[in-house]
Amino acid sequence: MTVVECRDLQVPRGERIVIDDLSLVVRAGEWVALVGPNGAGKTTFLHAVSALLPSSGSLSVLDHDPRTLSRKQLARLVALMPQHPVVPPGMVVRDLVMLGRTPFLGSFATESPADRAAVDAEIAHLGLESLVDRAADSLSGGELQRVMLARALCQQPRLLLLDEPTSALDIGHQQGVLELVDRHRRQRGITVLAAMHDLTLAAQYADRVVLLDQGRVVADGAPEDVLEPDMLARTYAAQVEVLSRPAGPAVIPVRGAVARRLP
Amino acid sequence: MTSSTARAAGVPLSALDTPAVGYRRLRRVGVWLAAGLVLVLALVAGALIGPAGLTPGGVLLELVGALPGIHVDSGLSAQQQAILWQIRLPRVVLGALVGATLAVSGAAYQGVFRNPLADPYLLGVSAGAGLGATIALTVQAGSLSVPLSAFIGGLLAVGATYALGSSVGGGRSSSVIVLAGVAVAAFFSAIQTTWQQWFDDSLLAVYSWMLGRLSTNGWSDVLMVLPYVVVSWVVLLLHRRTFDVLAVGDIEAASLGINVPRVRLVLVLTATLGTTAVVSVSGLIGFVGIIVPHAVRIIMGGSHRILLPMTMLFGAVFLVLADVVARSLVAPAELPIGVVTALVGAPFFLVVLRRNRRLT
Repeated sequence: MTVVECRDLQVPRGERIVIDDLSLVVRAGEWVALVGPNGAGKTTFLHAVSALLPSSGSLSVLDHDPRTLSRKQLARLVALMPQHPVVPPGMVVRDLVMLGRTPFLGSFATESPADRAAVDAEIAHLGLESLVDRAADSLSGGELQRVMLARALCQQPRLLLLDEPTSALDIGHQQGVLELVDRHRRQRGITVLAAMHDLTLAAQYADRVVLLDQGRVVADGAPEDVLEPDMLARTYAAQVEVLSRPAGPAVIPVRGAVARRLP
Repeated sequence: MTSSTARAAGVPLSALDTPAVGYRRLRRVGVWLAAGLVLVLALVAGALIGPAGLTPGGVLLELVGALPGIHVDSGLSAQQQAILWQIRLPRVVLGALVGATLAVSGAAYQGVFRNPLADPYLLGVSAGAGLGATIALTVQAGSLSVPLSAFIGGLLAVGATYALGSSVGGGRSSSVIVLAGVAVAAFFSAIQTTWQQWFDDSLLAVYSWMLGRLSTNGWSDVLMVLPYVVVSWVVLLLHRRTFDVLAVGDIEAASLGINVPRVRLVLVLTATLGTTAVVSVSGLIGFVGIIVPHAVRIIMGGSHRILLPMTMLFGAVFLVLADVVARSLVAPAELPIGVVTALVGAPFFLVVLRRNRRLT
């Protein structure tokens, strides 16, 4: 079953076409990593999939065109973990997680005991009990991304979009957050489409890597097929070495053209 | 015992939570009772204080006697009773309505624009409403048309402010929106001044209206604005949770299931309806929408579920007390109430500006 299917998708931003004739299929239960240089259109594509930006071409998410669903219907299917979450001053962690119940509430309703129980359950799943009464703007980056994952899971989504959620974290917290995402998506059968900055982490967590450049797919396949030095040199203008490791290919920057030629 | 050890021991969470939840609920009820008491005291103070020399005891007895099922003789003469019922009380009630509406509209604009400096006065809404009201007053189109005309003027002004602010890339910057608001307000005020010079027979009335004043028109002003402010209060309070979702920004709010453009339009229309209705009877009273929501936020936190109703309550308190000051400071003359709120509000505005420096 396909979760995301788009054909010849075009997304303009102002005068510029940021995503150009992009075609992509994401199947149920997959973790697909979107990689590519800055400005390649990763975030724009995620926003188009969740109908946050207007687009043309064919687009289907779980057999619906997201552009025709109401925001509420779509929010029950698709959740987004942003790169830099907005934290209203003074809002406590529990209230921030509680916002994830919005798609299940009437326009003028507040949370029922059942909603509160669902929120408490997610807080427990992610081990956030000790943080619930903390002001969210006092959290560390890693804690905040765990809170954002809890909020996304409260939406009970079938597709989880990650917009480089770990790019501001140190390596340990990156692993921690990605492990949590991986565990919960496996337990619940959630499909993950993730814009990722770190190619090695992308290779280790994703089943498939899609390389974008200037709004187009330039490579799509298993991590070891896509993350290939010549390909990365062309798209990123980077000099890298790719090591084959049991957990997946590791991409290592190499300084200078001379260094690259060394054995 | 923490909740996780409790769950491991098979103790239902709800049983554990009860005392804490009960205490929290009790405290919340206490806060509301205290706030309600403050409002009642402010209203009574507004009824007691004034230049007509009514005895406080007589006023209190008269008020108590108005409660259903109680009969007391207040000892006030018929003339004094008329002063109390037809001059002082309508003025106090009008002050409460105007204060509550300006304050909650300020909180609403701040929430919708995610801008701590948004306020009906600073966004130009009041000036737009002023122009609309002046036009309706001078062409004598009938008193019912004044709120409508004020509403259209206010809507034009807030639309112009937002469009101007966004067009110079100020969608994210609070100070640009406020600067646009200042420009729009100045423009609308200039048109209004020009207009009133053409109709200079009503100059005095329009001028005193511009400085902001609570009229002594008996109950007619109260009845005129009541439907508009009640509608705006109800709609804003119904959206109390939506305001909290809007606080995480357009993209996250939309991905959480909020139709942001539609909700923003509804809330701006609603806040503008309330603001313009009260401006059409009270004139330009500034800073209430800045002072009250920020003070409430500092004391009770940022959740709109508490912020909106508390802001209404304390907006009423603030304006009733400001009116008492306006009546007593230079008695038997009166200060325009807009002067009193500006005396308090302008310095407070600077405090808010400093607190939010990183946002501007």
